[in-house]
Amino acid sequence: MTTAPARDVVEIENLSVTFATDAGDVDAVRDVSLTVGAGEVLAIVGESGSGKTVTARSILGLLPETALTRGAILLTSKDGSETHDVVTLSRRGLGEVRGRDAAMVFQEPSTALNPVFPVGWQIAEGLRAHGDYSKKEARAKAIDVMRRVGIPDPEERVDHYPHQFSGGQKQRIVIAQALALDPGVIIADEPTTALDVTVQAEILDLLRRCRDEFGTAIVLITHNMGVVADLADRVAVMYQGRIVEQADVRTLFSAPVDEYTRQLLGSVPRLGEGRARTADRAGARAPGWQEATPVVEARDLRIVYPGRLRRPDFVAVDGVSFAIRPGEVLGLVGESGSGKTTIGRAIAGLTKVTGGSLTVHGAEMNGMKERAFRPLRERIGFVFQDPASSFNPLLTIADAVAEPLVVHKRAKNPQEARGRVDELLEAVQLPKSFGDRFPHELSGGQRQRASLARALALDPELLIADEPTSALDVSVQKRVLELFDELQRELGFACLFISHDLAVVDLLADRIAVLYKGELVEEGTGEQVLGAPQHPYTQRLLASLPVPDPDEQALRRAEWDRLR
Amino acid sequence: MATSTTAVDAPADVPAPGRRPRGWRGLPVIRQLRQSVGLQRGMLVAGLVLTGIFLVTAIFAPLLAPFEYSQLRDPSGAFGAQQAPSSDHWLGTTVGGYDVLSRVIWGTRTALYVIVAAVLMSIVIGVLLGLVAGYFGGWLDRVLVVVADAIYAFPSLLLAIVVGIVLNGGESSLRGGIMAAALSITVIFVPQYLRVVRAETVRIKAEAYVESARVIGASHWRIMSRHVFRNATRTLPLILTLNASEAILTLAGLGFLGFGIEPTAAAEWGYDLQKSLSDVTSGIWWTSLFPGLAIVLVVLGLTLVGESLNDLADPRLRTRRRGPVTPADVGETSVVPGSPSADTAYLDGKGPA
Repeated sequence: MTTAPARDVVEIENLSVTFATDAGDVDAVRDVSLTVGAGEVLAIVGESGSGKTVTARSILGLLPETALTRGAILLTSKDGSETHDVVTLSRRGLGEVRGRDAAMVFQEPSTALNPVFPVGWQIAEGLRAHGDYSKKEARAKAIDVMRRVGIPDPEERVDHYPHQFSGGQKQRIVIAQALALDPGVIIADEPTTALDVTVQAEILDLLRRCRDEFGTAIVLITHNMGVVADLADRVAVMYQGRIVEQADVRTLFSAPVDEYTRQLLGSVPRLGEGRARTADRAGARAPGWQEATPVVEARDLRIVYPGRLRRPDFVAVDGVSFAIRPGEVLGLVGESGSGKTTIGRAIAGLTKVTGGSLTVHGAEMNGMKERAFRPLRERIGFVFQDPASSFNPLLTIADAVAEPLVVHKRAKNPQEARGRVDELLEAVQLPKSFGDRFPHELSGGQRQRASLARALALDPELLIADEPTSALDVSVQKRVLELFDELQRELGFACLFISHDLAVVDLLADRIAVLYKGELVEEGTGEQVLGAPQHPYTQRLLASLPVPDPDEQALRRAEWDRLR
Repeated sequence: MATSTTAVDAPADVPAPGRRPRGWRGLPVIRQLRQSVGLQRGMLVAGLVLTGIFLVTAIFAPLLAPFEYSQLRDPSGAFGAQQAPSSDHWLGTTVGGYDVLSRVIWGTRTALYVIVAAVLMSIVIGVLLGLVAGYFGGWLDRVLVVVADAIYAFPSLLLAIVVGIVLNGGESSLRGGIMAAALSITVIFVPQYLRVVRAETVRIKAEAYVESARVIGASHWRIMSRHVFRNATRTLPLILTLNASEAILTLAGLGFLGFGIEPTAAAEWGYDLQKSLSDVTSGIWWTSLFPGLAIVLVVLGLTLVGESLNDLADPRLRTRRRGPVTPADVGETSVVPGSPSADTAYLDGKGPA
């Protein structure tokens, strides 16, 4: 099927995994067969719940006790001398295989490292578990591995603790830990999902070097098609516990065979898709629109979180100026910690403004009292990032959507508001009957739509959407974004759309503002900002965004190398 | 575009998996009972049976007990002190001349009164203070937490004695005695409820649904009552059962030390135990054994219920029924050539090929 590599390090045959849960047995993986060749990068892609993580974790025997595994997983050591079936290995046998033949890189580097030990000790821990290393040798080896994953001054930093490293460096150390015993295969479970785009590009670069310099095979689990295009040699697409398609990366992106794969690739937002739409909208506006009073106007906005216990204050937003006019969508882009969420919260009155001026619906937010702001709240809607926690688990969806109507006395109680609630649910394309369900009975995408219904209940003139789709799968994200766009056109509210994903912002926004370390570095239409970025940070951000096309991504990677 | 969205993402009436059962099956204890398996189920059932016996005895005490708790004589004359178990007095009589069986049975009633009063009072006060402290924070929160910590620092029984003396002032009626015991227990328990509810409130305050209520413009009172209160008090039933057993121990301790209820006002196990101290050395076992056993069994029952509810509430501690391994798909599983895999072969009901 493939251009047979020299040897397979992992061979999975007819793997099935069943979990015992309260609601009966759940088949997480059904009859999956896979092979990973030496020095090959195999990407397993799929939505959450597709079984990709379970498949990969079973290679290391890392499943909880409630799991029942059937089939065979043959793991061959790097030199090809030994082969084990992980499914039948004893606990001790597993301990020997882990780290030596296969190692794991976890999603969240900040929780994968133990905060009370120096990183060098943690790298050496794996060495000591597998062979006779003296303290000195283990330390020397740890320093060596740290140098090879690109940590500067490893001799000194080997004694540092995890909190002294940045997120990207922590992930490098987790990778170093995995590489310490020179395993044949590394399982990387969403290795870049918790990282910013610019850092993600660096980690992907490091993983590529792992393959080239160490000859390590990588099983890459991800939902990001851009990452797949950037790194993978071969791709397996999983859906509902089965592998629906397995192909060479170029073949998969250029000629996907399976219906699901096509749908998945079709829902990935691409840069530049939104330009025509923006131009349409700009053309349709009334002539005097530019002069209309802005819904939100910030001038030299400054927001400071006070430091505690002799720590200096943290300046989250510094000297930011922008305006949102009626009916306009402003996209706010930036990395984590850039202050984009803080700005959104300040507009909604959840965070106090420290300096400068922020006017919302003509009211000055600097020094605003909660009591005075309350009447204005009905003209603002807010969609939160995490659909899992934005609903009170004890209220039905209808009660939650009715909440703003009851609070602002448009209805006496949730029952009276039910008519309007049904209208709203229909507007966000949810069946009326969903009103009687509880939040945990809805999927993430459905919940996010209900969240949109709640935000729009009072027909606000301004909607703040804080990363509304970042917790959703790509295919679900696409539908939610389309719905969002439709409603925006229909109801004509102004919107602040906050996201870390340039492609998503590009789809919806009339204008894009780029934040970097609390400062606004660039603002303009999608065409200006994405087509011809002026600020070096914007250029870097744009270049580090992986696109779902292997050939184009190779070119972009070269561009990114140049900018570095 | 729009039509295709609903079709895929919103299956109209497929019940979501893990849906909570409705009706009587969803009631707190019954749901856990249905959920439990194995040893956990055994513990829960044992606890429920013991607690059930305790409750039934307390409610029907006047029918079950052969005599009144303070009865010293019947038409045929005085009972006599320290009589061994006989057909007249199944469990014998105490040094004061009371019937032991009657005292033990009436004692359940006193214990129940104290539990109900103490737990109710401490929950109302503790939850209210916890909600306010956690939600508003600031100096009020700090003062309440410091006071709670100070109460923690006292030995609980000493505190109960002090409160008992202050409230009681030597009075020993049924209501006075029960209220004194209940109030002293309340003082000890309020900090527990306060801390639990406060911690939950602080966590819930940061949840997105509370923020979203704030964005909507809901008042503090509305947020506290509608969003925080019910979510913050979900773990209370667990603490409640554990505290109930602690309340009995405190009550018995008070009675044992002589700060409890007089025998003429109500039957109380701790008091009976204290009076039987001297009997033990002279070989009179029945006066101390049965009140002691009553305390042990009730505390054990309540603790078992509390502990197993606690374990069942935590998905990581809950054991689950393992699904039946269906022998239907024999042919599907491959057997590794060269390494006869004992596990898979066994599971499939088929030997290595």
